[in-house]
Amino acid sequence: MLNGRRFSRGVHPPESKEQTSHLPIRRLPFAPVLIVPLSQHTGAPAVAIVREGQEVVRGEPIAKAGGFVSVPMHAPATGRIEKIALAPSARGDLAKAVYLKPYPSASQEILYGAPQDIEQMTPEQIVHAVQETGVVGLGGAAFPTHIKMKVPEGKKVDTVLVNGCECEPYLTTDHRVMVEQAGEVLHGARIAMKALDARRAIVGVEDNKPDAVEALRTAIGAATDITVEAVPTRYPQGAEKMLIQALFGREVPSGGLPGDIGVAVFNVATLAQIGDLLPRHQGLIERVVTITGPALSKPGNYLTALGTPLRWALEQAGCTDEAASVILGGPMMGSAIGTLDVPITKGVTGILVLARRDVKNHRPIHPCIRCGACVDVCPLYLNPSRLGMLARKERYEEMETEFHLNDCFECGCCSYVCPSRIPLVQYFRISKQMNRERKARERAHSNA
Amino acid sequence: MLEYLIAGGVMAGIGSALAVALALANKKLYVYEDPRIDQVEGMLPSANCGACGCAGCRAFAEKVVEGALAPGKCTVSAPVGIVAIASFLGVDAGSEERRVARLACAGGAHVAWNRARYAGLETCRAAALIGGGGKGCAWGCLGLGDCERVCDFDAIRMDEHGLPVVTEAKCTACGDCVEVCPKSLFSIHPVSHRLWVACNNMANGDEAEAVCEVACTACGRCVADAPPGLMRMLDNLAVIDYSKNHLATQIPIQRCPTGAILWIDGMKGPVKGPEARRITRKSPLPIEPADLPVLR
Repeated sequence: MLNGRRFSRGVHPPESKEQTSHLPIRRLPFAPVLIVPLSQHTGAPAVAIVREGQEVVRGEPIAKAGGFVSVPMHAPATGRIEKIALAPSARGDLAKAVYLKPYPSASQEILYGAPQDIEQMTPEQIVHAVQETGVVGLGGAAFPTHIKMKVPEGKKVDTVLVNGCECEPYLTTDHRVMVEQAGEVLHGARIAMKALDARRAIVGVEDNKPDAVEALRTAIGAATDITVEAVPTRYPQGAEKMLIQALFGREVPSGGLPGDIGVAVFNVATLAQIGDLLPRHQGLIERVVTITGPALSKPGNYLTALGTPLRWALEQAGCTDEAASVILGGPMMGSAIGTLDVPITKGVTGILVLARRDVKNHRPIHPCIRCGACVDVCPLYLNPSRLGMLARKERYEEMETEFHLNDCFECGCCSYVCPSRIPLVQYFRISKQMNRERKARERAHSNA
Repeated sequence: MLEYLIAGGVMAGIGSALAVALALANKKLYVYEDPRIDQVEGMLPSANCGACGCAGCRAFAEKVVEGALAPGKCTVSAPVGIVAIASFLGVDAGSEERRVARLACAGGAHVAWNRARYAGLETCRAAALIGGGGKGCAWGCLGLGDCERVCDFDAIRMDEHGLPVVTEAKCTACGDCVEVCPKSLFSIHPVSHRLWVACNNMANGDEAEAVCEVACTACGRCVADAPPGLMRMLDNLAVIDYSKNHLATQIPIQRCPTGAILWIDGMKGPVKGPEARRITRKSPLPIEPADLPVLR
């Protein structure tokens, strides 16, 4: 049925998943204070609808969506709103957040919400209901899911692609979700199919997770609308464009979206949450986070209330003196953080704590020797070497117009293989930022 | 022999025909350009900095000859050069108040705490993209010198605490540092704007002071002391309304407890109020163990 092939580029870093992949999902206790930022997603920030000192019930909405490309927030615990103030974010700036003090005896049971019948709902009603759950892409991008559940204007979506690759080293959240919540994943996939009027769903799983494939196949049983495909283990297999290439042998056009070739891609954890929350009309208030790394004594997959400060989460996971660097996400695409007061948000897939012996700082950067290693691994057939040289010369505009800088999704393969240790992705992030700022200036100039 | 003559004759014929065509084209398509533009351009500093608002010195020379701009609009030229251009064109020199870049941060390594150690590409832009660069103050100067590198006039140099210092005499107000700073701390001001708030921290009181000893703590004393309308508090920062700059005196800086508000004196440089905390420390502040991911 499928004419897929392995995408030819990419890398295969050490997987390092054995530390947590066999551990079942466990719950973390509530932190003394939960910090819920109003902007945890791509798009407009949510608008707080609670006051200081107000009591809230676990699961109750505390902020409403600030537009169509936005989602509401829900109280992660029963307690009292302490204040609405600035809180540090993983990006390094400060953003408005709701500080919630859970009651000491607050239980993790969710009592808020009223069941609704999905079977009776129209696609528009499903899109609206998905927005109300506050679910965003839980694979890390944090793009509001309800927007992906709306069929793009003038297009037809016939396939829902469920992304269970999880190609980032160390991370095992999606793996555990597939093993333990296969039923919810399939339910979520069927909701997405109904909303998009798609006729089939395919779950793509990397072949290093045979137990996940097995669990999903058992849950599917005799049904024929959903199939599970094992794809080769290779980074960045979990990027949607790579997965589409591996399964269908087709490329998403440059600057385009999967919708252009009739596919909608969702992360497994996202669909598991939708399959679980939508029938009960509840909001997203917790997520599975892989807390792992050589510097932890109790690594694992923890079901964590959103807003839990990292400091608390790491204490629970047994952070040792060895810890030297904390990375949100995986080691390839994740970002090191500057303060442990950052809360866990909807887009946090994992927390990686590296030990002192693993972190090699201040290694010299050598000049490019034009070996072409980066060109060989770039999954999007870009020329990172050339882009890097242009970035050093600050020719940012040329990078975008001539060398397709904006197709780069910062997977980090080029930096990973560079023998001169040139931080190419860092250069590209700066270049994209400079281009955005230049365009904003030009717009402001032409308006004036 | 004949072949040679034919070939030579043909070439000579083509040559003279083209010469006539060129001569005609030169007459027919001639574009008059004021010769004074070249001369004025020669008198300009050729810095091509853009501070006058034109795309380089040539464009400025065209505007000046046209009469659209006064020669004094060029803030890079020495006054002698401006007068020379003005007398050459027989126009009024005009005067443009010198403008310079000002930095809204005073948090050098000896007064501002760091939360984390940044190791990576040694530029502010790169550091700002990774957890904000590890500085305790989310708004503060990262001190890796992007502005020093981008300045074409050698007007910015990093001091011993990793804070850029603008040499006002060299600054042409071209605005390159304004664009390059990832924390947007630079802005262009006329030199007569002497009252200056050297802080951009929007946190309140203790929170601001906890990360930087020279932060504006939003105590509001400067606003209370200032002539009515000159200053106000906005987002936990003292803000000066420069449209009322003629009211500005040294009074608002007198009671500032941290020295976040300064009087920039043309001769003496920045002056703090007498009640500002004395900073005697020269060495950089250490990174607090409590802030490192190591939990003890």
